[in-house]
Amino acid sequence: MIEVNDVYYVYPNGVQALKGASLTVNDGEFIALMGQNGAGKTTLVKHFNGLLKPNKGEVLIDGVNTKDVSVATLARKVGLVFQNPDHQFFCETVEKEVSFALKNFGFEEGTIEKRVNWALNLLDLTQYRDASPFMLSGGERKRVALASILAWDPQIVILDEPTIGQDHAQKERLRQFIVQLNAQGKTVIIVTHDIEFVAECKPRIILMADGRIVAEGETNKVLTDPELVNHASLVLPEVARIFISLRDFNLPKDVVDIYDASKVLLERLGKTK
Amino acid sequence: MSMFDGFRFRRTSSPVHELDPRVKFLYVCIVFAIAVLFNQLLPLLVLFIIQVPFVVVARVQKEWVRSMKGSALFATFIFVTNWLSFYFYGGYESLSWLFERSLAMTLRFIVLIESFSIFFLTTSPDHLGLALEQSGIPYEFCFAFTTAIRFVPVLAEEAQTIMDAQKARGLELEKGNFINRIKNYVPILIPLIVSAIRRSLELAEAMESRAWGAISKRTNLYVLKMKRGDYFLIMISIAILVFAIYVWLYIPVPYMADLLSL
Repeated sequence: MIEVNDVYYVYPNGVQALKGASLTVNDGEFIALMGQNGAGKTTLVKHFNGLLKPNKGEVLIDGVNTKDVSVATLARKVGLVFQNPDHQFFCETVEKEVSFALKNFGFEEGTIEKRVNWALNLLDLTQYRDASPFMLSGGERKRVALASILAWDPQIVILDEPTIGQDHAQKERLRQFIVQLNAQGKTVIIVTHDIEFVAECKPRIILMADGRIVAEGETNKVLTDPELVNHASLVLPEVARIFISLRDFNLPKDVVDIYDASKVLLERLGKTK
Repeated sequence: MSMFDGFRFRRTSSPVHELDPRVKFLYVCIVFAIAVLFNQLLPLLVLFIIQVPFVVVARVQKEWVRSMKGSALFATFIFVTNWLSFYFYGGYESLSWLFERSLAMTLRFIVLIESFSIFFLTTSPDHLGLALEQSGIPYEFCFAFTTAIRFVPVLAEEAQTIMDAQKARGLELEKGNFINRIKNYVPILIPLIVSAIRRSLELAEAMESRAWGAISKRTNLYVLKMKRGDYFLIMISIAILVFAIYVWLYIPVPYMADLLSL
């Protein structure tokens, strides 16, 4: 469980990134942290594994204050996948890259091998085991970065902008993967402004603006509220926009994804036929 | 990083900021030469003090103090090594003599830091580039130089991100003995170098697609012109240099300890 109590954070250069953020994430939850650039999303998630420590307020991970333990200790529980995979690759092969964290955490040789096989298989990377991570395509690099985190099986998985630079097919695969991770009981937090992606994932949404949390709630509620979405400088999902423009036809307004939309529309059309 | 803050240009205006960078560079060179000329405490102390008005006029006291603080550790190191080497190999005379010689060597270092800090704090990279260009250095080199300076903060930020990314994978930089600590930096340096190379290639492509280097004879929107203040600084600098050489040649510089005991 992650508890964030009234956290303030100022970067050394004077930028005030968090201005009193409070939030609770329960075990096994699926959360999307949304908001425009500079809203404080990445700053907030960097508090979850102790990379940043609050200037004021506190962050508790399973009851442990992040100020009291090292990043390495917290990282064992909280896996944070960074936005740009190029910021972490340094090994000659994908296999070594994935095993890097396992070695840091002091796993045994046999376990490391098993975990690496498992992670590579999970993300469909087994054929690239001996390839250089620098030679892979953008989507594959993202997957290697994800595999290098999932390898140690952290309880909480945070993905910072997972959809950037991914084509549609990859996004769909990523979505299924994330949903599956969550179904296995992991707490999943995605940081993104890809509203269409979120609309299809249906997580609990936390909207941030200007270092504060401005709204939270179910996807269908938050992403169909033009005022809230505007406040976070986002745009309503396309499906929601269609249903808002169809409001005179007595259709529900809280529809955000294609599946729900087609269900609602089929029902209506079936009735009138 | 605090030491480097004492050299990073900040955009403000003051009479010192407006001086021609070439003249300021001449001044730095003269201070450098004089500092190397003397190894007695008194002239170096004078050299240190006459630069303080510059700092005040340029209104960079805070940053300047930071560069001084940042160099404190290295200055201490210089003091200690000089102390030891004078004590064992330098013909030990007395404790005050030992103290004065070591302090003079330390002050020489501080004077150099002081003058370079004033130069970099008050000279924008653009002006520096212009100065190089107007001194007849090929534009390609000037451009590479100013770009390098301009990318330092970008790289620093990137290094921080990389450090965070590796720490998130359980890397502990402060762990282990000396050798291991150096090894711990490999996962940070490699991504940093790779991304710097990638960035430079992208920058080159982006610039070439905007016709960089299409005209071999470039003209500049701004041209550096020497003003009255510049000539004034040149005169002062040269006067100080001449005076310093005169003193060096003909006047024996007394020890501070002797002066004080008189």
